[in-house]
Amino acid sequence: MERDLRVCVMGEDVGHYGGSYKVTKGLAKKFGDLRVLDTPIAENSFTGMGIGAAMTGLRPVVEGMNMGFLLLAFNQISNNCGMLHYTSGGQFTIPIVIRGPGGVGRQLGAEHSQRLESYFQSIPGIQMVACSTPYNAKGLMKAAIRSENPVILFEHVLLYNLKERIPDEDYICNLEEAEMVRPGEHVTILTYSRMRYHVMQAAKTLVNKGYDPEVIDIRSLKPFDLYTIGNSVKKTHRVLIVEECMRTGGIGASLIAAITENFNDYLDAPIMCLSSQDVPTPYAGTLEEVTVVQPAQIVTAVEQLCQ
Amino acid sequence: MALSHLAASASRSSSLLKPLSSALSLRRPISGDNSPLTVETSVPFTSHQCEAPSRSVETNPKELLTFFRDMALMRRMEIAADSLYKAKLIRGFCHLYDGQEAVAVGMEAAITKKDCIITAYRDHCTFVSRGGTLLEVFAELMGRQAGCSKGKGGSMHFYKKDSNFYGGHGIVGAQVPLGCGLAFAQKYSKDETVTFALYGDGAANQGQLFEALNISALWDLPAILVCENNHYGMGTAEWRAAKSPAYYKRGDYVPGLKVDGMDALAVKQACKFAKEHALKNGPIILEMDTYRYHGHSMSDPGSTYRTRDEISGVRQERDPIERIRKLILSHDLATEKELK
Repeated sequence: MERDLRVCVMGEDVGHYGGSYKVTKGLAKKFGDLRVLDTPIAENSFTGMGIGAAMTGLRPVVEGMNMGFLLLAFNQISNNCGMLHYTSGGQFTIPIVIRGPGGVGRQLGAEHSQRLESYFQSIPGIQMVACSTPYNAKGLMKAAIRSENPVILFEHVLLYNLKERIPDEDYICNLEEAEMVRPGEHVTILTYSRMRYHVMQAAKTLVNKGYDPEVIDIRSLKPFDLYTIGNSVKKTHRVLIVEECMRTGGIGASLIAAITENFNDYLDAPIMCLSSQDVPTPYAGTLEEVTVVQPAQIVTAVEQLCQ
Repeated sequence: MALSHLAASASRSSSLLKPLSSALSLRRPISGDNSPLTVETSVPFTSHQCEAPSRSVETNPKELLTFFRDMALMRRMEIAADSLYKAKLIRGFCHLYDGQEAVAVGMEAAITKKDCIITAYRDHCTFVSRGGTLLEVFAELMGRQAGCSKGKGGSMHFYKKDSNFYGGHGIVGAQVPLGCGLAFAQKYSKDETVTFALYGDGAANQGQLFEALNISALWDLPAILVCENNHYGMGTAEWRAAKSPAYYKRGDYVPGLKVDGMDALAVKQACKFAKEHALKNGPIILEMDTYRYHGHSMSDPGSTYRTRDEISGVRQERDPIERIRKLILSHDLATEKELK
């Protein structure tokens, strides 16, 4: 926001309150009410307004207090945000960033535990990225703001408390690049967002059991970084996808299709995909745990895959 | 005598320009004339939460002739589109604006190209009034590269960035939050310009409209919401869709003005008033009482939900082009023949 006066932030309680997850803390005091805008609870219209402002060249960052609320703005995101660049014959670009926390939290209930990446992935004209560490959160956010394309940045409710030493200076992470978390030889594990941590936990167990998993945080949900993923598949010949998305029509489903289409000859076994159950997230903690992928399941899956 | 004979033969040839230039050869000064003229609007304005502007509109012969010419061009363009659609050269959806020309033309006369206009899918004439050419219109309608959106948008997606025309939108009501976003950007950049966000009586019942209006009023945005009330939301008459069809009042705390949308001068006066208001006091709603002769779109005959008598009645009594024609003739600004 310091670097470019056209950047502004819009969302519920982003200003005076500092943000429901403190993402925008201190910004209102520093940049004022015209650049950090507290909106009423009207997702459809303020997302639309953000898109309209972006059409003129401003660079708004629109926050959905919980990603799930953005379902109310689906029409604006799909038809206006995604399509205006095309339907205007290229006259307008929409350099907007739509972001917010999503994913399954701790007993937040079904409506506040949604994963929207699968709903948005088919929208032509938008880019989707998911951050997972303080380092890539800063890098991806900056890249998204600087991009001329509309970018949806998926954050996760449970990852805001992570602490990490990151460079003070300006840096960006490439929006279309996956991140190599742990190089390995036996199996390629593709994951993103919070599941990265479940995978790394499982990886510890797997290493003790003698396996050498290669863990890639795909980061770019649309488009997929098939270059990094492809190189990994060509090396290990086995793929496990671990995602928090729903099983039906999820990111995993699309990823399986993309890998099969492009790298089928390199696979020694069918691709395995661990996703969340196709159910509304239950409130009870024990039930909630069972609906998302746990490290033990990941270990079992790798053992199965590597037989 | 000889001169008028020459003028008559000149006007028999095709181009629309000929009548005006042949008129120049007569002694009366017309097309270049900026001498002020005051005309009364057909009906007074009705206002809500504000003081209505005066009925007396300042204009001049040049402007009246431009109104006539532009509206006649738009009328013919829409009729041509009708024929092209029936010949299957235009496909998909095609929503025609004939009858409503005064809104586009009157609005343009009150503002500059730096002010923004955004509308829904009945956008052919608004595009032209913002400076779009007939070639861009027909090429786009027929899916050719020379179209304003390179043939990729179609009838509902006309845009002209360099004159701040933001389209051209297919989903009912979705353009209103976009329009308020444009107004936000104008306030952000301290432009001293305004945005006209147009929508229909059908869209007036969309929730996102009220959401956007609330935000615009809260943030004091220079947004002017214009309801082009042609009394039918596709096949549903306004009284069957809205509990309160007084659209200019529905802003509640936001002031509103009801305008005769078939009178280009009234539209011009209202838009001028609205621009001044929006720059000082934030959003205002304009309800344009207008009428469309065609059905909702080319797939709608337009006669199952209204009578042919109603349509021809409006055409006889309120047609915007006829009104300007009568004004021009009564003020002796051109002859009958020249206005063909």
